[in-house]
Amino acid sequence: MKYIDEFRDGEVARSLAVQIAAEVQPGRSYRLMEFCGGHTHAISRYGLLDLLPPAVQMIHGPGCPVCVLPIGRIDSAIDLARERGVILCTYADTLRVPASGGVSLLRAKAAGADVRMVYSCDDALRIAGENPAREVVFFAIGFETTTPMTAAILKQAAALELKNFSVFCNHVLTPAAMVHIMESEGDPAHVALDGFVGPAHVSTVIGSAPYEGFAARYQKPVVISGFEPLDVMQSILMLVRQINAGRAVVENQFTRAVTREGNRKAQALVAEVFELREMFDWRGLGEVPASALQIKPAFARFDAEQRYAIAYRQVPDPKACECAAILRGHKHPRDCKVFGTACTPDHPIGACMVSSEGACAAHYTYGRFKAVSVVNEVKA
Amino acid sequence: MSYSRPLDFKNGRVDLSHGSGGRAMAQLIRELFVKHFDNDYLRAQNDGACFPLPANAGRMVMATDSHVVSPLFFPGGDIGCLSVHGTVNDVAMAGGQPLYLSAGFVLEEGFALADLQRIVISMAAAARGAGVPIVTGDTKVVEQGKGDGVFITTTGVGIVPPGIELAPQRIRPGDKLLVSGYLGDHGVAIMSLRENLSFETAIESDTAALHGLAAAMLAAVPGIRTLRDPTRGGLAAVLNEFAEAAGCGMLIHEKAIPVRGAVAAACELLGLDPLYVANEGKLVAVCPPEDAERLLAVMCAHPQGRDAAIIGEAIVDTNGFVQMETVFGGRRMVDWLSGEQLPRIC
Repeated sequence: MKYIDEFRDGEVARSLAVQIAAEVQPGRSYRLMEFCGGHTHAISRYGLLDLLPPAVQMIHGPGCPVCVLPIGRIDSAIDLARERGVILCTYADTLRVPASGGVSLLRAKAAGADVRMVYSCDDALRIAGENPAREVVFFAIGFETTTPMTAAILKQAAALELKNFSVFCNHVLTPAAMVHIMESEGDPAHVALDGFVGPAHVSTVIGSAPYEGFAARYQKPVVISGFEPLDVMQSILMLVRQINAGRAVVENQFTRAVTREGNRKAQALVAEVFELREMFDWRGLGEVPASALQIKPAFARFDAEQRYAIAYRQVPDPKACECAAILRGHKHPRDCKVFGTACTPDHPIGACMVSSEGACAAHYTYGRFKAVSVVNEVKA
Repeated sequence: MSYSRPLDFKNGRVDLSHGSGGRAMAQLIRELFVKHFDNDYLRAQNDGACFPLPANAGRMVMATDSHVVSPLFFPGGDIGCLSVHGTVNDVAMAGGQPLYLSAGFVLEEGFALADLQRIVISMAAAARGAGVPIVTGDTKVVEQGKGDGVFITTTGVGIVPPGIELAPQRIRPGDKLLVSGYLGDHGVAIMSLRENLSFETAIESDTAALHGLAAAMLAAVPGIRTLRDPTRGGLAAVLNEFAEAAGCGMLIHEKAIPVRGAVAAACELLGLDPLYVANEGKLVAVCPPEDAERLLAVMCAHPQGRDAAIIGEAIVDTNGFVQMETVFGGRRMVDWLSGEQLPRIC
């Protein structure tokens, strides 16, 4: 496959691994957070951790839009489908996320709610056109990557003067979450992170510039990285070099898709339709100021929150769950008491187990055999 | 017999009378099922088929499979031939030579007779091609909205020759794992037609009967530990089943696993993993290490096993984990599928 195979060449990966090992300084540790679930997935699926020297540790960040969606918001979506009789359209991996009482959209669907999986938000608009007698709600989730498409269908709905279509907006912002990770412990110096593998698809939209203030303020290097395994390896090498040189700037490894300015057209579209939300509750992180978007008053008639007077009800994360510490890099999934016992991908308790891109789900699905063999060795 | 108007296979539809046990049902059986599946057992029109057993038959094997595929027609096949191949393969994976099939139809009121005829003709051709007649059957009709066009359940009986003993419990660490060809074709062909997913692909379902290949393999290497067709859940599910039954681990090598470029590309696009995608004409075999090359040669010489490959081996691991060495040289787990394989959004 063109544009894919080039970035999955095992030989090149091994040569990058040799270079990383050569750059790593003795006695020094490199704690790198990959913000995006896409990177977490690539690291786990290709077994990249096996290629890295022990001094380089990867910490899986909160960049999985499904994982960070709070329970209260899914409860509201389920309520729309179950009690208000709407056709609720959403992306596939939202369907399985457990909400209050163990109910998920998938279970609500099985119990008769009209929940439809769409591959593109365009499909939601089409379904509204095909069902003029029904109310159709698009349950919009995602980081900056998916936001412009939601903006586009809102404009289209306005142009078509659709009466039966609205959007339940849950779009969140990457830079705000990165800042939150640094600020949430009072003193940024307490945060046990040395650098960030920066978002790939998000950055195609917002560009690399928005991270510049972050890197300078917290003195943490950021390397924007593509989602292919070789991209990640190369970005790790770039981060190790910055850390060694005492530099903390934004570098762009993903130059084939990301520019400093990003996609201006998409940004304008988003600015036309959305505005900053004062506060948004993140699963695992808690309330984060100015970290999400809401629909502007000019498009209020397409805002499901207003149309159905949705009142957000906060549901606390389960007590036994260590997601908050895992998302900040303080703990590893194996440190969590419920990991792999009460909390599995089939019955997730915490945010990190919800989608295959979450830190715990990735470790459970791809990496737990390593944890077990360690235990065996200790016993022996 | 009094005159009855022939069934209208052009514009006619299934109605409740076709399952009511009356004249309409008899007509459907006569003009469609008996006509196309044609054999002495069916023509006798008894409720069941009585057949003699071959001499020195060893043990018998019986397998059943229900087919609810949507869409009913897909590139490379349809629910008809699939329902024959599925059960023939289940019998063959037990080491059996399939002899006879039964077919149960659940039809939805309103289903086009033209489509039903197309399905039955495809089933008849598949049964004839496999040399396994459909000797008995049943038809029910459910009200509109209570079915999805047509569901077909087939059951097959066969004989397992003396000396053949296939079971995953017989797998030992060191045994080699083989697959008979490219993985994921069927699942991707089906996905390409699913609602709101209209991407164009030249991929066709691999639906095929594998008893010929299995017989050739068992004749050459009677010590094969076990065979299985990786349908739902794909190769990953089969390997996890093997590991659990055998109480050992499995190690496969990503580089060695045959996946077509087009299938890999479609999976890439949809966020799927080809290891979990369904196949309908492939098998996974496990054999002692010393037999592996010979078994591979036999498979490659058979039309259904042309692209066969040795993909890994059973290893010592009391946890029964399935691991894969990636193209990068790292290792990761190939776990059971959790829930349904749903596309990822980003």
